[in-house]
Amino acid sequence: MSEELLRLDHLSIDYKVKDGYLSAVNDINCVINKGEVFAIVGESGCGKSTVAHSIMNLLPGGNEEISGKIIFKGKNLRECNQKEMEAIRGKEIGMIFQNPLDSLNPVYTVGSQTAEAILLDKVDKTEAWNRVLKLFRDVKMPDAEERMKSFPHELSGGMRQRVMIAMMLSRNPELLIADEPTTALDVTIEAQILDILIQLKEQFNTAIMLITHNFGLVAEIADKIGIMYAGEMVESGDVFEIFENPKHPYTKLLMQALPSGTKKDGRLQTIEGSVPRITEKKPGCRFANRCPYAKDICFNETPEAVDISETHFCRCHMLGKEEF
Amino acid sequence: MENNSKWKETLNECRKNKSFMIGLIILISICLVAALAGVIAPYDYAEQYVGERFMAPCAKYPFGTDQLGRDMLSRVIYGSRTALWVAFLGGSLELIIGVVVGLLCGFFGKWVDKVLLFMTDVTWCIPGTILALAVVTILGKGLTNSIIAISLVAWASYARTVRAKTLSLRNMAFVETGKAFGESNVALMFRYILPNIVPSLIVLVSLNLPGTIMSTTTLSFLGLGSQPPSPDWGLAISDGISNITRAPWLSLYPGLALVYTTFGFNLLGEGLRDLLDPHMKSQ
Amino acid sequence: MEQQEMIKLVGLKKYFSISKGLLKTSTTYAKAVDDISLTINKGEIVGLVGESGSGKTTLARVLLNLTKKTGGTMSIDGKDLSKLRGKELKKMRSEVAVVFQDPASNLNPRQTVEASIMRPMIIHGVPKAEARKKAGEVLDMVKMDRRYLNSYPHQLSGGQLQRIAIARALALNPKIMILDEPTSALDISVQAQILNLLLDLQETMGLTYLVITHDLNVIKYISDKIAVMYLGRLVEFGPTDEIANHARHPYTKGLLDAAPVLDPKLRGREKELLGGDPGSLIKIGEGCRFCDRCKYVTEECKSTMPENSMVTPDHMVACFHPLDLE
Repeated sequence: MSEELLRLDHLSIDYKVKDGYLSAVNDINCVINKGEVFAIVGESGCGKSTVAHSIMNLLPGGNEEISGKIIFKGKNLRECNQKEMEAIRGKEIGMIFQNPLDSLNPVYTVGSQTAEAILLDKVDKTEAWNRVLKLFRDVKMPDAEERMKSFPHELSGGMRQRVMIAMMLSRNPELLIADEPTTALDVTIEAQILDILIQLKEQFNTAIMLITHNFGLVAEIADKIGIMYAGEMVESGDVFEIFENPKHPYTKLLMQALPSGTKKDGRLQTIEGSVPRITEKKPGCRFANRCPYAKDICFNETPEAVDISETHFCRCHMLGKEEF
Repeated sequence: MENNSKWKETLNECRKNKSFMIGLIILISICLVAALAGVIAPYDYAEQYVGERFMAPCAKYPFGTDQLGRDMLSRVIYGSRTALWVAFLGGSLELIIGVVVGLLCGFFGKWVDKVLLFMTDVTWCIPGTILALAVVTILGKGLTNSIIAISLVAWASYARTVRAKTLSLRNMAFVETGKAFGESNVALMFRYILPNIVPSLIVLVSLNLPGTIMSTTTLSFLGLGSQPPSPDWGLAISDGISNITRAPWLSLYPGLALVYTTFGFNLLGEGLRDLLDPHMKSQ
Repeated sequence: MEQQEMIKLVGLKKYFSISKGLLKTSTTYAKAVDDISLTINKGEIVGLVGESGSGKTTLARVLLNLTKKTGGTMSIDGKDLSKLRGKELKKMRSEVAVVFQDPASNLNPRQTVEASIMRPMIIHGVPKAEARKKAGEVLDMVKMDRRYLNSYPHQLSGGQLQRIAIARALALNPKIMILDEPTSALDISVQAQILNLLLDLQETMGLTYLVITHDLNVIKYISDKIAVMYLGRLVEFGPTDEIANHARHPYTKGLLDAAPVLDPKLRGREKELLGGDPGSLIKIGEGCRFCDRCKYVTEECKSTMPENSMVTPDHMVACFHPLDLE
């Protein structure tokens, strides 16, 4: 049995807005084990990035209300003070973002920026520089030695993302949160970055929480997957099981909406309507108004998570009752 | 129905914005005073009461009288007309020159941009009042001429803002699409790009107008703007300076009127900036 | 059946001059579109793929007359564009419509939906009343409620905005639509709606599409033919099945292999990962543009530009060492 690293326990996040509040995340439960890739997938506005940022305590602050627990290695991160959180951030949990240019300081070379994180550990400069060089080679940076002296704007998008990964690696965290890490990159570069992430996981046993809207990435790299809709995790489980046999109508429809063949195979499946803004908490399934299989119960009662197998759960009233 | 509620929402937002509301009230009060000057001013602005020169503020003359025995209150009230005329004419002239130059620069780029931007930079670099003095000397003394002079100096800030905005809008998909279905350059500039710059222009105008009024006042103060006996705050301040120890009210009241107006425009501009800023709106 | 050529490009070039040095004395050229020959027949959907910097958007801009070509000829519906003047040129503009990627900037934020849709018709001399009627009709065609006519862009969602952009493109009854990343900014479920809509419109109206995208799954789904660009050159062009299953250019193969597959069971599949970056248009040599990243590279590739050769009657590849088919 693998060791538990991160557990989200009934995590809910509401934002206060003008007309009341917005339920961004509702009652999320999930577990990430050591060395595991957990992908959170969903369309824009489903709350996947909010979950990621709440773990790092990086939410904008001021107008959100969080309830539930974020347990990292047995410690509830929500009870940590600023100092404890700073010690965890970077050192134990690393994060990379969609646009690496925003995360890099334009006035320092990427080498010295990466070295800075290592210097925190009280090593001397040459030692730090050598470690950076090794890291840059680990992330397969072309001409690593030359590139270390480059400024962020001189690098391509793919190289910048490599720098981010190298920086993150320098602290050797146990968990990496990757928020849409390849969305801004070209396909061939995306494949290269994926390759590095897979290697990371194998070489350093780093667990990865992958936030993405791209089912292709999930199929390539994830061990487990959680599908989010309107702030709730509607289905979660082993990636092979879910791709083979999706149970929730939303997961099913979404996968059929992806173009995979040619137009000769017929039109794509669509889901009518759009993701709702949830401003009041009332019982019922949040997908009910777009679900072609919805019955009365779906509008009136919130579905519980039902275990389909040891590694697969789904929140749907119609589970097992209706064939779709 | 939907439109109605939209309006209400906008109105509500405006009401909540204190600087906008105060600025608006100040400017409305000035406009009212200017419009009703003939009714509320107790005396004619040019009428001289020779026996009652340098009267301190009293019940008969609340703001006192000047060296020629003219009622200061009436002169300040009529002076608001001059100030508003300056704001209107100067503001429009600056705006027209600045917008046209900025649009041409940003839209056509290349040599058009280089030449016009060079001109903009030159006007930007020379101290405004000195350049205006030179222009007035050529055009001749007088209020309208001094307004023109000030405008010929002050358009540069508009041009720069419009140019920057145009550059970023020029390659937006809707402009490209318009071009692709055969829209003319003039239409692209004035129908597609300009309306999207208007919010920032409104803000800029209200923040720039006090400057225009002040500069014109300076020219009047130096004797190059309004000519006596026309009621002009700048002219009045200038007249009062020579008697500042004897009759401080001569400069004080026109000065306060000027500060009041400037303050009104500034508050309005600040308020508008918050109200029209799309980032603030989206939240 | 006789094929009617809708778009015919012969040796099309678009170079951008770049001044270098402090005094801008030396000039180099970025060959964004370099010697591209391509024919698109009536009623075809051609997908144009390539990574960033491949020149695919520049090609679209040249086709739309948004930027002047440097060389080559370009005919639309049998008419050579460089010979058209005045009225004829304007008429041609009405025959080629465009939808860009970003739904939020596709429409003038200060105009209502109705005004945006009517504008192209008014420019082309359609009377106002008729334009208004047609605006309602095209909105029906993209399956949107007519009540949105009075909305402003910021009140609508990405999918709705993209539908309206398509409606506006249809307003002048075009023969050709150029779709530049039409679904890249949309969510999966909305993307499916838009792709279906585009296919429906194409079939009922017999339109010709040039679809530009970097999403290989979308291209494979929607296109009849696929054209692959790399750093300004067309490297391969042929029917979708041929390209998808029997790619002959090493770059096409690398691109296809890099695309994630929607099946976790195929994770261990054999794939050829391309190393390096897409490269830059400024630093290119005499030879094949792809030679730095190609693992089959020879001396010949570095010194000479490969000619276009036909491997089957409708499958073109520009490579000295096209991949063998097993």
